Amino acid sequence: MNSIMINLFYLLAALLFVMGIKGLTRPKTAVRGNRLAALGMLLAIVITLLDRQVIHYEIVFAGLAVGTLIGVLMAIKVQMTSMPQMVAILNGLGGGASLGVAAASYFSVLASGTELSGVTLVIAKSAIMLAVLIGAVTFSGSAVAFGKLQEVLPGQVIGFSGMKFINLGLLLASVAVIFLLVNNQLGSGGFLLLVGLALLLGGTLVMPIGGADMPVVIALLNAYSGIAAAAAGFIMGNNVLIISGALVGASGLILTKIMCVAMNRSLLNVLFGKMVASDGPTIDADEVYQGKVTSASPDEVSMMLEDAQRVVIVPGFGLAMAQAQHAVRELADTLVGRGAIVEFAIHPVAGRMPGHMNVLLAEAEIDYEAMKTMEQSNPNFSKTDVVLVIGANDVTNPMAREDKGSPIYGMPILNVDEAKSVVIIKRSLSPGFAGLPNPLFAMDNAVMLFGDGKQAIMDLTAVLHEAA
Amino acid sequence: MEAFIVLLSLFALAVFLGVELITKVPPTLHTPLMSGSNAISGITIVGAILAAGSGDESSTVVPLLGFVAIVFATINVVAGFMVTNRMLKMFKRRG
Repeated sequence: MNSIMINLFYLLAALLFVMGIKGLTRPKTAVRGNRLAALGMLLAIVITLLDRQVIHYEIVFAGLAVGTLIGVLMAIKVQMTSMPQMVAILNGLGGGASLGVAAASYFSVLASGTELSGVTLVIAKSAIMLAVLIGAVTFSGSAVAFGKLQEVLPGQVIGFSGMKFINLGLLLASVAVIFLLVNNQLGSGGFLLLVGLALLLGGTLVMPIGGADMPVVIALLNAYSGIAAAAAGFIMGNNVLIISGALVGASGLILTKIMCVAMNRSLLNVLFGKMVASDGPTIDADEVYQGKVTSASPDEVSMMLEDAQRVVIVPGFGLAMAQAQHAVRELADTLVGRGAIVEFAIHPVAGRMPGHMNVLLAEAEIDYEAMKTMEQSNPNFSKTDVVLVIGANDVTNPMAREDKGSPIYGMPILNVDEAKSVVIIKRSLSPGFAGLPNPLFAMDNAVMLFGDGKQAIMDLTAVLHEAA
Repeated sequence: MEAFIVLLSLFALAVFLGVELITKVPPTLHTPLMSGSNAISGITIVGAILAAGSGDESSTVVPLLGFVAIVFATINVVAGFMVTNRMLKMFKRRG
């Protein structure tokens, strides 16, 4: 097939991607959208296989077969609670593939020379180096993010205050090496040095970032994997790579921005972890809680729920940890069966990635109409009889609204304390990721139901059934 | 140089198109959006196939890198679309 036909088909594939993403804007059209995008990908792959440049089909088909086998197994086996890890791996592989393509281009130019010259050659080389840098950062950064999410690596903030200077140093060193490589002052040794520096940079960038900031990191790595693909597109002058890479890059950047707004922090602040500032008066947990925390038994909480007309459930990462989504669905069904209105109020950064809670609740067959955003939920808490907070902490902390000196001041929260009663299901009074006590727990209208999330919810459902 | 400007224009327009499209995606679908767009970024597979199959006889490095890139990109594409499909079907069930 000639190159004009090939490029026209690539354009068609890119249009299918656009239509696919458009489909994702509504739950009803989303499945079809995803299939359109997959069709676009199939088209792009088949067209590439028909390209006359491709001679060695054995390597290509072997790679496709191995990749398909692993991919199918991963997609079938993965649990919905592990979706953040899955997306981290896939981001990393996308970045790794771009790195591989860029490195292959570099070595083939080095080995066989190129017909390019002048400005065009400089542009091609710069694109290669950029794809290497971004691809390698995405690859190693995602590997570290996966390790943290899977709890192979400690999820807490690792590192020291000088970390940002190391990151800056690595970045500047990489840029310097790129400059020398493009100017032909360094050979393949310099190229390997660049790969090494970039891989190290990805690791040191993500290493200091703690668990609750993971939604931002995952979204950012998603953007990087797109930009890396677009950079690879500039190397080959390939329209479909550039368009799709740009779309994915935009998607990741928007999600990153949404997550940052939801935490009232700038991207730089998240990346360099200013949240753990230890200066300023530390708030004593005992002072906040002493003598003011009421604990309740499942029976007492059930009595509150029996009379409730309107119940709002606030899920957090603890729900995923306890695998409590199915138990929550049964409780919600029981309450609805008794005539109550049940809604789910989901904070944008609840869980470990954007939309994490929604996927878990959807897995338990909870209607997406019942899942409300923070903006939809907040005006209605004052009309709510009982709020059940399950495994969420910082996103309900009234200090974010009231305490100007608090590190989380200004972060938008779910105003659960406006409800008639709040029940917090939690193992203990231990603080959330921000390390702050939560004055909510000590409020007059709040009670604690101590215990494992899943067990506590099952107990509540059982007591409600007995009462019926 | 001219070709580069055309490609750069394409990139810039696609970024704007992406921003317009993605701001309309509701928060409920953010996880499938990430895995789905991630699968799309596996389009590097096109570059990987060209690198692995283009018949560079002079070295073994290039086909090897191409092979690894194909495997990575294929996993990205196959697992990405399949797992997105799995998630989206759950949202459809009661909707």
